Formats: sequence, C-alpha cells, structure tokens
Amino acid sequence: MAVQVAVPPARAGLALKADVWLTRGFIVAIILYLVVALALPLATLLQKSFEVYEFRPEKVALAFYRDGAWQDAGRLSEWVERRGYVLNDGLRASERSRERFVDIIPKRERRGVERFRVTDLSAGGGLLLLEGRLSEPGETFELSRREFSRLRLRPEARFGFDNYRYYFATPALRSSITNSLFIATLTTLIVIPIAFGYAYALTRSCMPMKGFFKLVALVPILVPSLLPGIGLVYLFGKQGVLTPLLFGYDIYGPIGIVMASAFFTFPHAFLIILTALSIADARLYEAALSLRASPARIFWTVTLPGARYGLISAAFVVFTLVITDFGVPKVVGGTYNVLALDIYKQVIGQQNFQIGAVVSVVLLFPAAVAFAVDRMASRRQVALLTARAVPLQPEPKRRFDLLMLGFCGLVAVYILGILIMCQLAALFTFWPYNLTFSLKNYDFDRMDGGGWASYWNSVEMASWTALIGTAIVFSGAYIVEKIRGLFAARQGFQLLAMMPMAVPGMVLGLSYIFFFNNPANPLSFLYGTMAILVISTIVHFYTVSHLTAVTALKQMDAEFEAVSESLKQPLWRMFTRVTVPVCLPAILDIAIYLFVNAMTTVSAVVFLYSTRTTLASVAVLNMDDAGDIAPAAAMGMMIFYTNVAARLIQTLLARAVLARTQAWRRR
Amino acid sequence: MSYLLLDGVTKRFGAFTAVDGVSLTIEEGEFVCFLGPSGCGKTTLLRTISGLEFPSQGRIVQAGRDVTRMPPRERDFGIVFQSYALFPNLTVRRNIAYGLENRGMSRSAIEARVDELLELVGLQEHAHKYPAQLSGGQQQRVALARALAPSPGLLLLDEPLSALDAKVRLYLRREIRDLQRRLGVTTIMVTHDQEEALSVADRILVMKDGRIEQIGTPIEIYQNPATPFVADFVGTMNFLKGRVEAPGICRLDGLTLRCRTASFHQGDPVVLAIRPEDVVLRDLERAPENRFQARVLHADFLGPYVRVEVGEGELGGVRLLVDCPINLVRERELREGTALTFALPAERIRLYRDGAG
Ligand SMILES: Nc1ncnc2c1ncn2[C@@H]1O[C@H](COP(=O)(O)OP(=O)(O)OP(=O)(O)O)[C@@H](O)[C@H]1O
Ligand SMILES: [Mg+2]
Repeated sequence: MAVQVAVPPARAGLALKADVWLTRGFIVAIILYLVVALALPLATLLQKSFEVYEFRPEKVALAFYRDGAWQDAGRLSEWVERRGYVLNDGLRASERSRERFVDIIPKRERRGVERFRVTDLSAGGGLLLLEGRLSEPGETFELSRREFSRLRLRPEARFGFDNYRYYFATPALRSSITNSLFIATLTTLIVIPIAFGYAYALTRSCMPMKGFFKLVALVPILVPSLLPGIGLVYLFGKQGVLTPLLFGYDIYGPIGIVMASAFFTFPHAFLIILTALSIADARLYEAALSLRASPARIFWTVTLPGARYGLISAAFVVFTLVITDFGVPKVVGGTYNVLALDIYKQVIGQQNFQIGAVVSVVLLFPAAVAFAVDRMASRRQVALLTARAVPLQPEPKRRFDLLMLGFCGLVAVYILGILIMCQLAALFTFWPYNLTFSLKNYDFDRMDGGGWASYWNSVEMASWTALIGTAIVFSGAYIVEKIRGLFAARQGFQLLAMMPMAVPGMVLGLSYIFFFNNPANPLSFLYGTMAILVISTIVHFYTVSHLTAVTALKQMDAEFEAVSESLKQPLWRMFTRVTVPVCLPAILDIAIYLFVNAMTTVSAVVFLYSTRTTLASVAVLNMDDAGDIAPAAAMGMMIFYTNVAARLIQTLLARAVLARTQAWRRR
Repeated sequence: MSYLLLDGVTKRFGAFTAVDGVSLTIEEGEFVCFLGPSGCGKTTLLRTISGLEFPSQGRIVQAGRDVTRMPPRERDFGIVFQSYALFPNLTVRRNIAYGLENRGMSRSAIEARVDELLELVGLQEHAHKYPAQLSGGQQQRVALARALAPSPGLLLLDEPLSALDAKVRLYLRREIRDLQRRLGVTTIMVTHDQEEALSVADRILVMKDGRIEQIGTPIEIYQNPATPFVADFVGTMNFLKGRVEAPGICRLDGLTLRCRTASFHQGDPVVLAIRPEDVVLRDLERAPENRFQARVLHADFLGPYVRVEVGEGELGGVRLLVDCPINLVRERELREGTALTFALPAERIRLYRDGAG
C-alpha cells in the first residue's frame, strides 16, 4: 500500500520561530521577576543595615533677622543643649527620623524674628528638608516665619558597622537571639517526637479512624499562626478554663509561644515524617524478624534509620518555621522578645528601619543554615524513595493499637480544643462572663483592622496569588526541566527559585519597604497596592510550589519535547495539549497551597498593606492588638472556614477534571 | 548522490568524547543499523543526526542541504524512542494526528491520513484507546505510525524493540522491515542486539567507544569481521594466539595450523579466529588439513545445536568452542568425556594482528 494522502510540509516560518523567542522571553521575564521581587530587595536590605544615621545639629548654623539686622544665632547644637532637648525622643535615628526646628527653638526665642537663615555645614549636605527639597553642602536657606515652621532636620547618613555594634551592645536586642534559638529548639524537641508518634500510629498500627486523624493533623495549616495564640489565651489566660493546669505559670511568654508554635508546626513535621515512614520496605522487617530481632531492636535498627532523613528534614523545617514566625510571639509572647517580633517592633513601633534591617540580617543566618540542612536531607530521602520497595502492611495488635489510638486522641483533642475554643469565644457575647449567643463579634466593620473589607481583600489576594502564582511557577519549572540549551539561564533560575525558602517573611516584607517605597525606584507605584501583596506572597511561597511542579514534571517522559519537535509542532502546543493536562493534579495542588498560605500569611504582608488593602490575617493581628480578642478569633475562624471551603472545591474540581480529562489513567 | 552524509562528526560532553570522527554516507531508501555495546555512543550519534544535539565538529548533509546547525524542527525526519514517548492523555488517533497539524491540512485530510496509518500498522480497532490501554507491541506501532504520519524523508529508531519480549520482537522487527521496504523511507535503527541488526539491515555500522569499527552488509560483517572486536560482538568467535611460522602456516601452543597469512610476515604475532559453526565435523576425509582429535570438556544444549568445548588430546592446552548439530550429537552419542574429531578449514580461519603482543 502506498501513501494516498499527501502531507504538505510544515509551515516552518513564524509559529516555530516565535516559539524560540517565546521561551527565551519567558525565561528572561521570570528571572527578572525573581530578581526584582527577591534579589534586589534583599540586596537593598543588606545595604540599609550598614547605613548609619545620626543627627548633627552642630553642623547647622543659624542667623535671625530681627530689628532690621541679621544676628548670628549660633549652631543648632547650642539650642539643643540650652533647652536640654532630646533628639528623636532618645531613640536611635534611622533614615525616616526628622526633627522640626520649631520644636528645638522655643517660640519665645523666635519672637520678633522676621526672617531666618539656616546653613547646612556638612560635607555631604542633605541635613535640611523643606517641603521635599534637600539642602546642598554649604547651602543657606533664607526663610520666612511660615517656611521656618516647616523646616526639618534630617540625620546625616554614612556607611559603617555602628548599627551592628549598637545591636550587639544592647542587651534587650541581643537577648532575642538566645530567646529565639531557645524557643525554636524547644519546640522542635517537643514537636518531632509527637509528630513521629502520630505518623507512626497512622502507618504502623491498625487503629481505627485513621482518615479522621489524618484530617485533624492537617487542620493547623488552614489557620494563621496567630489563632493558636488566641486560643491559648482563652484556655490558659487570666480567665481561662484550664489555667490551673499551668500551676501558676503565665501563658504569656515562652510557655505560650512553645505551645502555640507546636500547634502550627505540627502538620508540617507530620507530613514529612509520614512520607518517610510510608516508604518503609517490608522486606527489611521480614529480614529482621527472621533474624529473631525483638520489636524494640527492630524499631531502633530498622524503623528509625529508615526515617532518619525525614526526621532531620522535619526538625529543621519546624526550627525554621518557629524562628521566623512572628504571629505567635505577637499574641502570647508578652514581654518575651524574639527576633522576628523585634523586626516588627523596630519598624512599626519605633520606625527604626536600620535596626530592623540588622535584625533581619541576623535572622537570615539560622534560617539559611536550617534551609541548607533541610535541602540536603530531603535530597537523600528522595534517593531512598526511588528504590522501589514492598509496602509494609501492619498487623493488628490490640494493646498497641489502643495505645496509639489514645495517643492520637490526645493530640487531636489539643488541636481541635484550641480551634473550638476560638469558635466558642467568637460566638458568645463575652467569654467567659456573658455566655449568651451573639454575632456581634462578627461585626468587623466596627473594629480596628479594616472590617469585612479585609476579609474580601484577603480572598481576592489569595485568588490572584493562586491564579498568577500557579501559572508562573509551573511554566517556570517547565522551562527549567524541559528546555534544551539556555544552560546558564536555567541554572541561575534554579538558584533563585530555591532562595525564597531561606528568607523569612518578615525579612522579605521589610526588604520590600526599602526597595519599593523609594521614590527613586520606577516601580514605587506598586507600593500600597494589591499587586505588591500578590507579588510578595508568590515569592514568599515560591520554593515549595516550584519543587512540587518539578517533581510532577520529572515523572513525564523526557522525550516528549523531542518527539513534538520532530513532528514540527511548536512548544506551546505540547505544553497545553499534553504537559498541562497530565500534570493537572499537581497544578491544582500548587494552586491550593498558594491560596491557603496567602489567606493565613501575616509576616511579609504586615509591612505592605495599605488602608485600601487591609487583609484578614492582618486584621486578626490588629484586632488582637487593640484588645478585641473575640473578634480576632472570629476573623481567624473565617479564614479557617474559607480555607476548608477552598480545599473542598479543589478536591471536587480535581475529581471532576480527573474524570473528564484523565480517562487515560484508567486501564 | 547519497541521501545522508556525515563527515567527521564528533560530539563531546565536556572532556568526554561520545562520538569520535564518524564519517558515513547513506543512500536513499537504505536501512542502516547502528550496532554496538551499551554506552558506545549510538544514541548520541542518532540524536546528532536529528539535531537534538549539535555536533562539536564535522558536517551533516541531508538531501543536499547542510543541516549541521539546523534545529530539529527545520529538518525532515521522524523519530521513535525506546520509551515510545506516547502522549498518555491523547488517544491513539490523536497521537498519530499530532504531527499533521500546523500544515494547512483540512480536518478530513488529517482524518484520512490517520486512517491510512492505522491500517498500515494494523491498529484500526484500537484508534480510540489511550496508550496505557495498549500492549507494548501495540504502543510501539503507534509510535511508529506517529513518526511516519508526516511522511518524513528519514526515519530514526532508537532501540525501538528493546522494551518488548522476545516473541514480539521477532515479529515486529520483520514488520518494521516490510514497512520500510514498502514506504521506501531511509531508515536508521539503533540496536545493541546483533541478531536484530543482521536480520533487518541493508548495512550495519558497528561502533565501539564512539568510533566506527566497521561498516558493511550483514554478510560482510558476519563473515569478514574487520577487527576482533567486531568478530566477538557479532556472533561467537574462538580466538587463538599464535605466530606466523611460514607463508600459509601458523604455530600456537605446539599446534601447527594451515591458514591464509596473506598480508602477514614470518614471525608476526597474530590472533587466529574461527567461528564455532565453521568447524567441520562430517565428511572429514575431504578435509585433510587442520584435523584434530580431542575430548569434549563441556556441552551446552542450545536448542537446535549443542555448543561443546573441546580440548586435550591433540589440542593440548588449547580450548575451542564447536557447534554440533543435534542429530550429529545423537548419532555419535556425544557427551562430556567422549572423543571428537574435527577439522578447521583454512579458508574459514581469519587472522588479526595481535595488538596485545
Ligand atoms: N548529555 C550527556 N552529557 C554527558 N555525557 C553523555 C550525555 N549523553 C550521553 N553521554 C555519554 O556518552 C556516552 C554514549 O552515550 P549513548 O547514550 O550515546 O550510548 P548508547 O550507545 O546509546 O548506549 P545504550 O545502548 O546504553 O543506549 C555514554 O558514556 C554517556 O554516558
Ligand atoms: Mg542508547
């Protein structure tokens, strides 16, 4: 049989050429995105931590025009001394610090002065600020009385290590380092054994209700880390039902921080250890049994070593989460200072951006180290995973199963208890004094924090993050994995994609202030918009999404692109027709991950929201700060229900999509 | 004028040279096999021809066009990979139609072309199945149909049969051969299975460490292997070390053998090679030269024949593999320990220079 149907040659022209430029353009765009939204802000932050600001009133000379003649009025420093004026309220000056001249020179001294001459004697200039105009070195401003009242003194800037010296010389600041390390270590030591026991029960026992317990373990992922703090305050605070259990210790402080941190880090540790335990090889256990090893010996020689990389990885993930979290210490920390909270206090409370930058740099160290160790450990774990093994089937053992059930029950009670407490507090008029049912705590519009608008802003922000983030992350991962050539660009991109995981949210947020809230930056128009919240949140959660996408793509045949190319089809057709449909489950996973995290995150966005873009999670923070704890709990629970709904929708969607487009999975 | 010309094609990965100075011409409609052990650079050479890799050095001319630096999409070829790389979420029909888009063909023309190919590979009933619902052999045929759909001038096959079981392989390789003949498409197939190469190829290119060892028809390769490597890789070969004693005579370990010493000089160290099936066992009266009697040391039953290892007796310490047809084994009641007389025909003994000295 000869060929009957003639096949014309492919249109080699535009579509295919465009293909090459499209991929190149895209990879450049995505690298640019990560550079602008991550690398440059961090570089700016580092630079800012070395900028030292100091008021130099001795470098400002004054002259008054009074009674028809100019009189020398000395240096500004003389006025400061004479009045005993405290510059910047005694705080360290930072780049935003300003002093009004009329506050330093009292009104009675200015009586009868018609005009003022103020001279900037500094070598660098810029000490004087009048309506946005800065003085040149040696420049003299001649001012009317009205103008003089608007004149401000700026601190002089130079580069040096003074900020760091100051930081380490101030016990109140320095002690946060040990506090943070202590809290993070203690939480890790508590959470890891519990998570291990819980995962062990789910994989190695025949206890009932495993599905229920697995769901419960994942609940904390769906709420902001502020919520367990609030729940603990209700349970163990001054009027708490369970306060006696603390034997007189105060929940505000390290105890509360550790208890709440354990709550919100538990699912992360649990998931990693669960994966590590579920890849166990039954053949190893059979071999050990045939050698007559005792159960205890099997546990120490087979079970633990098999899961060791998972345990290491989980430990460092928990450590990083705790040390970078600021929601928990904000709510239950009391006077106990930790690094992440210091950044917030320095920037929001004292407007001291320079020290905020120093604390950020200090916080980057443990986070980066923990990140590196975690990456190494999880790479090993993956290697274990690829060696296919016979899955282990646990056998019923009555006593052991009951014991495990009891243990999981306790953990579940703790998790659900905190959540239910929050819900009850939100629904009663005034826990624990007035236990009548009311919805007044949901009347957010009457509280601080932005009202119901913040809730809808959050939903909008999370939706954009999920939508745009998933598109960027997945396409980026596709290019890294599947495109030939462009080697250097792909390497650079890979590195950039791993960086966000090592950068705490607070640090990211502060670096955005420095980078975007700078009139000289052409991108400064983004500051205070919804866009910057979406941009920062995508970057903040980039790494995990990227790794999910890469894992899914690695499971695709490496030759698909080559085949498609040999058939003269443009890359985007391959991408939309095959790659995306096949990877749809992973894509939905990424989307829900981004959505849930965007709903709950506080750390980066707390520096970036504006009055038009307040967020639900930040509202929880602000209402709690203002003493409206019940409404804060109510808003936190709204976030929880929203995330539950989003998860349900995702599950249903995934099922529908699977049924429609993935018929090929069935044999 | 040849259809495909490779001129000194070299491919390096960093310091490692995967393909080393390969020159070759292939005629239109020819079926060529690249044969060699794992890691010798067959796949790399194939990918270089397709443009999926660019050569570090050398030139490739296809149908009169210099395509050396041309990306795959501008070349004219179809390719089938070892994994088949069928798109799992597209039906057989959509897989085959994939390469027909973007060509200005009407929908009905595309459907007609797909039907044609489905018939060609005999998968009409399976058109609406997904790849996961097909057997390995069927998947292989879909991959072939997909590669052939746009009527490429060159078909590249990278170990297309290696994932299949022995029976299916045998059947499919004949089918591929027939298909190739019918369509007349120039074809290159990579394989490390010598039997496969011998049975389907017009010409075979044997590779070792990125270099060409020999190019020739299957019969040339089998009967006149250019190097001991080829002789060993294609079929089985006895190798005996010795020395040229006089024109037409070699000595080894106390044995004297008549053989063709044409291009060798007296005293040259040589390796003598003879295939087990070339050892003569019947009508020995008519083969007076190189006749020996020895004992059967080992016997391996291989189905249609028994491969025995002989030694001792007149062979002394020398060991030889000899293929004995099963009826001869029965006739003479051969077993381990029995004596066997045989002859090594001079014209079947090949001589190689002994590289090892
Ligand atoms: N992208 C690459 N980078 C570095 N080395 C490579 C690359 N591709 C192939 N090689 C090396 O080149 C050599 C030849 O590889 P190739 O895949 O061509 O072998 P092959 O003959 O097809 O072997 P097989 O029969 O196992 O498929 C191997 O040693 C391989 O490790
Ligand atoms: Mg190969």
